[in-house]
Amino acid sequence: MDFILHLFTDPANYRLITIVILSIFLGIEVISRVPAVLHTPLMSGANAIHGVVIIGAIIVMGEATDIFSQVLGFLAVVLGTLNVVGGFVVTDRMLEMFDKKKKK
Amino acid sequence: MDQNISTLILNLAYLIGSITFIIGLKMLSHPETARKGNMIAAVGMSIAILGTIFLKVGGDNVAIKYAIIFGGLIIGTVVGFIAAKKVQMTAMPEMVSLFNGMGGACAMLISLIEFHIDDKPAIGKLVIIVLGMIIGTVSFAGSIIAWGKLNGKIKDKTIAGGQIINFILFGGIIILSTVVIGGFAPDLTIYLFYGILSLAAIYGILFVMPIGGADMPVVISLLNSFTGVAAAFGGFLYDNPVMLTGGILVGSAGTILTILMCKAMNRSLKNVLIGSFGGAKAGVAGAAKEQGNFKEISLNDTAVLMAYAQKVMIIPGYGLAVAQAQHTCHELEKILGEKGVEVVYGIHPVAGRMPGHMNVLLAEADVPYEKLLEMEDANDQMGSTNVVLILGANDVVNPAAKEDPTSPIYGMPILEVEKAEHVIVNKRSMKPGYAGIENELFFRPKTSMLFGDAKKVLQNLIAELKQV
Repeated sequence: MDFILHLFTDPANYRLITIVILSIFLGIEVISRVPAVLHTPLMSGANAIHGVVIIGAIIVMGEATDIFSQVLGFLAVVLGTLNVVGGFVVTDRMLEMFDKKKKK
Repeated sequence: MDQNISTLILNLAYLIGSITFIIGLKMLSHPETARKGNMIAAVGMSIAILGTIFLKVGGDNVAIKYAIIFGGLIIGTVVGFIAAKKVQMTAMPEMVSLFNGMGGACAMLISLIEFHIDDKPAIGKLVIIVLGMIIGTVSFAGSIIAWGKLNGKIKDKTIAGGQIINFILFGGIIILSTVVIGGFAPDLTIYLFYGILSLAAIYGILFVMPIGGADMPVVISLLNSFTGVAAAFGGFLYDNPVMLTGGILVGSAGTILTILMCKAMNRSLKNVLIGSFGGAKAGVAGAAKEQGNFKEISLNDTAVLMAYAQKVMIIPGYGLAVAQAQHTCHELEKILGEKGVEVVYGIHPVAGRMPGHMNVLLAEADVPYEKLLEMEDANDQMGSTNVVLILGANDVVNPAAKEDPTSPIYGMPILEVEKAEHVIVNKRSMKPGYAGIENELFFRPKTSMLFGDAKKVLQNLIAELKQV
């Protein structure tokens, strides 16, 4: 109960909850009329965007002091970067095909 | 630097990141702006990452931390770049799934480290750590299975009582999490924490395992939104707005996209997740039926039939992608065009392994956009088509989807090829398609089979056509 109370009365938490709710609606609104052709590239693009989790990996690396955390932190940074870089490059390659088609 | 100024710059970097994600997603959903949208999001992401590295990381031993961070960034960038550049267009779906798994694993590791650094945090923080770990782990394990299934390393397996096992696992995760978060067994917390991790991993594996290949894109899209939510938990953990907006945006957009994909296949999400496209079950049902005979057609006859047709519709499927025959296919289309034959392509929204897969593939071979008909248009024009050439497509033309209520794909809209005069099916063998279902189309009177690898058959067909 304390937890719930804290969640909605603490100004910082309340701000976060507001961001979450607005973002949910924004996400729905932004892609609600996407043609089937773009489903795959859009999924891939969204895949790259959630690579933003890399920022968490960098922050936790900044806190890491012992070997265990540093090894895992290093791994997290590598995996997060793979997600971001691979995600954006693969999406670009898919969309490049559509581009070529348009110029013809 | 002055603390205030560096905080200001960091916050601006995060704000830019959030805005570019929104703009990027918006642009990604329109064909003309999609590529630019992807670039914009990538730039925003880079700004947010660089801001974090230079303005957030500090404390003792900064040099070592920087060395590790940059080492990881460089390795990840090089490997990710090469993997993404080298992957074949046909293997795109499993690549996306693999990258998605990496993101999930990253979220899982963050929770692990946070818990390792402080295993008795405030309750709010503990909730976030545990939830982030569960979702990240499920997404990671599930994506790896999806990746393995798509590239054929892992076969479809329906486990007896899988539903019940999953239900028990899910319950186990909830109970253990409650014990950990509620602090009911303080001495056991560490073991319980790793217990939750293991259960979540098994749950992720069993969750994806029974789902059939044809439904895999939907599952990848769903896991994609899971990873988004896991990233958002990182945002809560560090009170980090860009992780929060990025993660939640992908979480909600990904969920909508999953539903849209289901709609394109005329299946409900519930059916995808519960009613597995069982290979075994459908195989038995198919074999039990009297199938009759199929007839073969020679290359020469095919060439003559096509050359004297007025309109030919090509229906590509995964077989075309596997054989890398998209360029040869385009050549065939040009030769027929020179002979005065109208050639169009009938594209089923889920032909191949992912929605839009065929469009990407044919675009690579410079097939003009106007020639690609979407399913409704293709079906409208089917009646005026003389010859339909099916290249390695199977389930998307299976009449069982319309006629047989017991078929696992019943209700999925198909390309109604039987409205055309002649149907020629190119396949490597009589083996059923990816969903593991027999296709009665091959035994129908209008249908002729042209066996062989799509690329070789097309090359021979072009050679024959030159002589007609």
